Amino acid sequence: MDNSLGRSPDEVQFRFRDDEVADHGTVTVDACCDQTNATAVRIEPGDDARVLVPFLDRLALIEVNFPAYTDGRGYSAARILREAGYTGELRAVGDVLIDQLSHMRRCGFDAFAPDTPLDEEDAKRAFATWDNVYQSAADRRRTIQELRHE
Amino acid sequence: MYKYDHYDQAMVDARVEEFRDQARRRLEGKLTEDQFKPLRLMNGLYLQLHAYMLRVAIPYGTLNSRQMTALGDIADKYDRGYGHFTTRQNIQYNWIKLEDAADILADLAKVEMHAIQTSGNCIRNISSDHFAGATYDELVDPRPYAELLRQWSSFHPEFTYLPRKFKIAVIAAEKDRAAMRLHDIGIQIVEQNGEIGARFFVGGGMGRTPMIAPMIRDFVPLDQLVTYAEACLRVYNRYGRRDNKYKARIKILVHELGAEEYTRQVEEEFAHLLGQGIEPPRDELERIKPFFADPPFEDGPKMVDRSDPDFALWVDRNTVRHKHNSYVSAVISLKPVGGIPGDATGEQIRTMARLAKQYSFDELRVMHTQNIVLPHVKIADLHALWTELDAADLGAPNLDTVEDIIACPGLDYCALANARSITVAQRISENFAAKRRTEELGELKLKISGCINACGHHHAGHIGILGVDKKGKENYQLSLGGSEAEDVSLAKITGPGFDEDGVVQAVETVTDVYLKHREDGERFLDTYRRIGMDPFKEALYG
Ligand code: HEM
Ligand code: SF4
Repeated sequence: MDNSLGRSPDEVQFRFRDDEVADHGTVTVDACCDQTNATAVRIEPGDDARVLVPFLDRLALIEVNFPAYTDGRGYSAARILREAGYTGELRAVGDVLIDQLSHMRRCGFDAFAPDTPLDEEDAKRAFATWDNVYQSAADRRRTIQELRHE
Repeated sequence: MYKYDHYDQAMVDARVEEFRDQARRRLEGKLTEDQFKPLRLMNGLYLQLHAYMLRVAIPYGTLNSRQMTALGDIADKYDRGYGHFTTRQNIQYNWIKLEDAADILADLAKVEMHAIQTSGNCIRNISSDHFAGATYDELVDPRPYAELLRQWSSFHPEFTYLPRKFKIAVIAAEKDRAAMRLHDIGIQIVEQNGEIGARFFVGGGMGRTPMIAPMIRDFVPLDQLVTYAEACLRVYNRYGRRDNKYKARIKILVHELGAEEYTRQVEEEFAHLLGQGIEPPRDELERIKPFFADPPFEDGPKMVDRSDPDFALWVDRNTVRHKHNSYVSAVISLKPVGGIPGDATGEQIRTMARLAKQYSFDELRVMHTQNIVLPHVKIADLHALWTELDAADLGAPNLDTVEDIIACPGLDYCALANARSITVAQRISENFAAKRRTEELGELKLKISGCINACGHHHAGHIGILGVDKKGKENYQLSLGGSEAEDVSLAKITGPGFDEDGVVQAVETVTDVYLKHREDGERFLDTYRRIGMDPFKEALYG
């Protein structure tokens, strides 16, 4: 059975990491739990990200698929993985659009492979939307409330 | 009143710029209408039957006269001279041009206002008690807690693409004036062993499947309030249904899992999130509280001169007991007999703003019943206030009466409507006013929706009217016995529906039954609860 849903790394349009791009195909969450050597996995919206927690040490890449940008489950998946201490690449793939970038970044995504490549200038502006933020999230930025009470 | 600091202002300004950019990309064809739609929705811009509608957020329904004046100016400058106050304690404009939207948002930002998250599948504007900070019966002012949650819910990175819209209400009295348990999350600020905390009700709502929210936690300490809300939302975001938009509200999740199982999952997530340190510093609440401190009340007369009967009637009907005995909260009815519920002209909006400045420490509230409150009016000033209101056609003495009807926009504006709501409301109020029966009927909450989405709260009406489509004809279902207050209940359908004339008559018929059966001091709702549906059915269908 071929569980490989691999994408070549050059489809990653934005990456906020200095390490080597993982160039191996991803497997499904189920396969990842059964297969002790998988280092890259792909989460679909209905998957429970928490089942990956025991395997985070060996994973170098987790892709979170957004088949439709309106399905926001992937944002929770991303934060849950970062909260569990995952430090590898967290890549948003699929229907990833300009206006989701700033929120995705805050939820812990550090790589983006949109189905349709995005305008570089628009994306740059989008990543920089918020000078400050109201909530504590995976990016661990100091919140406005914290800044007010320094 | 809460005042933005440079951080809050920068957040709103950033959003206005973001929207300008989105509109530009739409115009340049980089965004399809499908891709643009959720973005404009998150900025409160809806496409309706005839034009765009813009919803403006009024956090917890509180605003000052400068903001109110700006709302009046927008009505004149960009709409057809009207604004429409809604059951969400917001205002909306029904005749907006897409190309004006960014300019309106910029005008709003100048007075610390915006249209952020007034639609779309995100956490909406937070509602609260319209008498907060003024009423005698509250534990504390609920608005600092609502403000804390406003900040938390604004541009929340994880909860912007929820399964469905999400509405939160915060109150702090036993009396519920915000339909708290008909919200996705209802929060009641309570005291336990001398400590203030929050009681959480989750999974209420109206729409096609009305539900009353069950309590899931009787006490959340204040320094865990945001964390607990985050846990409630995360469980919903992960497990709320996305396969069917009619089953996507959190009420369905809570119902399908059962309140107990939902609660268990929330508690588990909560325990996890406590370890993540996401709660804002406790000092933040202390920073917010003084913004809502009492204005400098002064002692004065406690009685009015009742020699003018019209004035006396208005005082009896439209003023409400205040925590300071020389003051009252005065309700400005936007329900003149035969008028459109919740509508006000630009001129009237500016008049209300001016009167708030003169008589109510510069503060106004929007009620979910589509009226306006001047929260702190000196009893000594009431006659002068009433005289001015009356001159501006804002003096209808009908708070909580059968004329004080909630009605959604219905078929006159709304693309989803089956039937008109506004004309039915107009005819009913005209009918009771002409027969001079309003006063005799006392408190009677009548609510009308033009379709099953229930924007007009018909499930929660003492009398509810729902527009349905019957073989291409407008038809109205009547229901009885609902309440959105602390005695919350859902109305029950009487039987077969009526045409427009028929439903106007049917409302009169059920009030006749009430008058015949009522016992001392009973409201319509009390009588209905005591005698049940049968006598009403009998009178309606014989
Ligand atoms: C005219 C355009 C409008 C459209 C297209 C619209 C659409 C909808 C829809 C589809 C729902 C059902 C949501 C669901 O159950 O998942 C809904 C519910 C609701 N809307 Fe509207 N609405 C409109 C105007 C208004 C207005 C003017 C108000 C305020 C007066 C309002 C207040 C509400 C409320 C209170 C609910 C019930 C919330 C609940 O289910 O908990 N809507 N609306
Ligand atoms: S209840 Fe129906 S008709 Fe009325 S505003 Fe809501 S969606 Fe439109």
